[in-house]
Amino acid sequence: MTDQAYNFAYLDEQTKRMIRRAILKGLAIPGYQVPFASREMPMPYGWGTGGVQVSAAVLTPDDTFKVIDQGADDTTNAVSIRSFFERTAGVETTTATSEASVIQTRHRIPEEPLTEDQILVYQVPIPEPLRFLEPRESETRKMHSLEEYGLMHVKLYEDISRHGHIATSYAYPVKVEGRYVMDPSPIPKFDNPKLGDMAAIQLFGAGREQRIYALPPYTQVVSLDFEDHPFEASKADHPCGLCDATDSYLDEVIMDDQGGRMFVCSDTDYCEARRAAGHKGKDAA
Amino acid sequence: MTPLLSVQGITKRYGAHIGCADVSFDLYPGEVMGIVGESGSGKSTLLNCMAGHLPPDAGQVVFDTRTEGPKDTITMSEPERRMLGRTDWAFVHQHARDGLRMGVSAGGNVGERLMAVGERHYGDIRGKATDWLERVEIDAARVDDRPTTFSGGMQQRLQIARNLVTGPRLVFMDEPTGGLDVSVQARLLDLLRGLVRDMGLSAIIVTHDLAVVRLLADRLMVMKSGRVVEAGLTDQVLDDPQHAYSQLLVSSVLQV
Repeated sequence: MTDQAYNFAYLDEQTKRMIRRAILKGLAIPGYQVPFASREMPMPYGWGTGGVQVSAAVLTPDDTFKVIDQGADDTTNAVSIRSFFERTAGVETTTATSEASVIQTRHRIPEEPLTEDQILVYQVPIPEPLRFLEPRESETRKMHSLEEYGLMHVKLYEDISRHGHIATSYAYPVKVEGRYVMDPSPIPKFDNPKLGDMAAIQLFGAGREQRIYALPPYTQVVSLDFEDHPFEASKADHPCGLCDATDSYLDEVIMDDQGGRMFVCSDTDYCEARRAAGHKGKDAA
Repeated sequence: MTPLLSVQGITKRYGAHIGCADVSFDLYPGEVMGIVGESGSGKSTLLNCMAGHLPPDAGQVVFDTRTEGPKDTITMSEPERRMLGRTDWAFVHQHARDGLRMGVSAGGNVGERLMAVGERHYGDIRGKATDWLERVEIDAARVDDRPTTFSGGMQQRLQIARNLVTGPRLVFMDEPTGGLDVSVQARLLDLLRGLVRDMGLSAIIVTHDLAVVRLLADRLMVMKSGRVVEAGLTDQVLDDPQHAYSQLLVSSVLQV
């Protein structure tokens, strides 16, 4: 089959309408998980089938598309999804955060602040924040509808009692507009403060679990915590080895068998832009 | 005096089968009511209907709420009923595993009800949890251990602590001593009796063990085939049973 045999952005128009309806409902009720009829995509579950369907539903031919995986533009997941939309939608792609109008992401929010002209699409493996505490879906739905969120704090309590501090470092639960408790997808908790009051639209797609949820621009998002153990956005306490940034989220890279390691920005575009501007870290060649 | 709980004409059918039929009684504050009968006599059905776990086919369960006075819990909204379920009511299951979160530490189990009603200070929650563990005679050092590492008797005591931490006024107990050996049963009964007296709790205890009601209950109802066949003061019913079935029940107790 030729590439032209596909509809624009792979999905047929009826499917896209169905997904757009779910997105609109999600935007109207921030943090609420809207069920949708997830389609079989030409990639395995867990590789971003939810994000891809949401991206396909919001892309227009004029858009510029960027995909990041753990902050990086050049890993397998990012490269393959980017080329998927290059082939099926023919849209412009970029690695520069500021030039993109739609950004699909796995596990990170870009360091550079997003604008009102942009849409951030998250790939979500497990949309239900209460899943591991209460396995019954019927019960968790009831808990959401009745706003019974005490159980979420039991998880944080267990963290403190076992580790002395809240050890949950990714997929840190948040409360949206004082109503729904939401799983922000497995972003590091360093990114949690960026969720709230963001100028861009944030859409969350979970393909296997068939759920879409959303945060409209400038939504109040609060990370859950205890009064005596407040939420803290944490990162490795080092500057970036390549660009010397102290304010970005870092990956730890093992260099050799002697315990050598370096810390580099997980957001590759941010790091490259800083190096191009003349910043230089201690490990830069 | 207004009764704390007033049950009127509770009926529950399972198709053509009768679960329980036309049960009515009043429970006053501080009173402990025992419900005895053989397996299948409708004791647990009745308890589950009263505690809001099963919708009865007919009847009223009027509870004297703190804010609004007597209110029918069958017709009240679900959020209200669930709120009652984690504040003024407590339910002790026969099997501790049904009432505990086995993957969560003892402290987390006790703290869950506190967090569910809005407590957000870790130090306070933990303090109350350790305090309650000591009150049910569990070593405070085990606050971070999971219930899976506890013995059956400890699990049952942990379940009781978890239920009583929010200071409920009414406790439903479904065979609280079932499945425990006699010496552990005795300790648990002793503990329960102390807690009920200290906190001025009202309780409804379902059991087939007459010794349990003799120790704990002020009043007694004997059920057979879904109906109440005899009711009265515990000692009165046990010492001078009137109905043939009650007589049979009392005479069936093994004497050592």
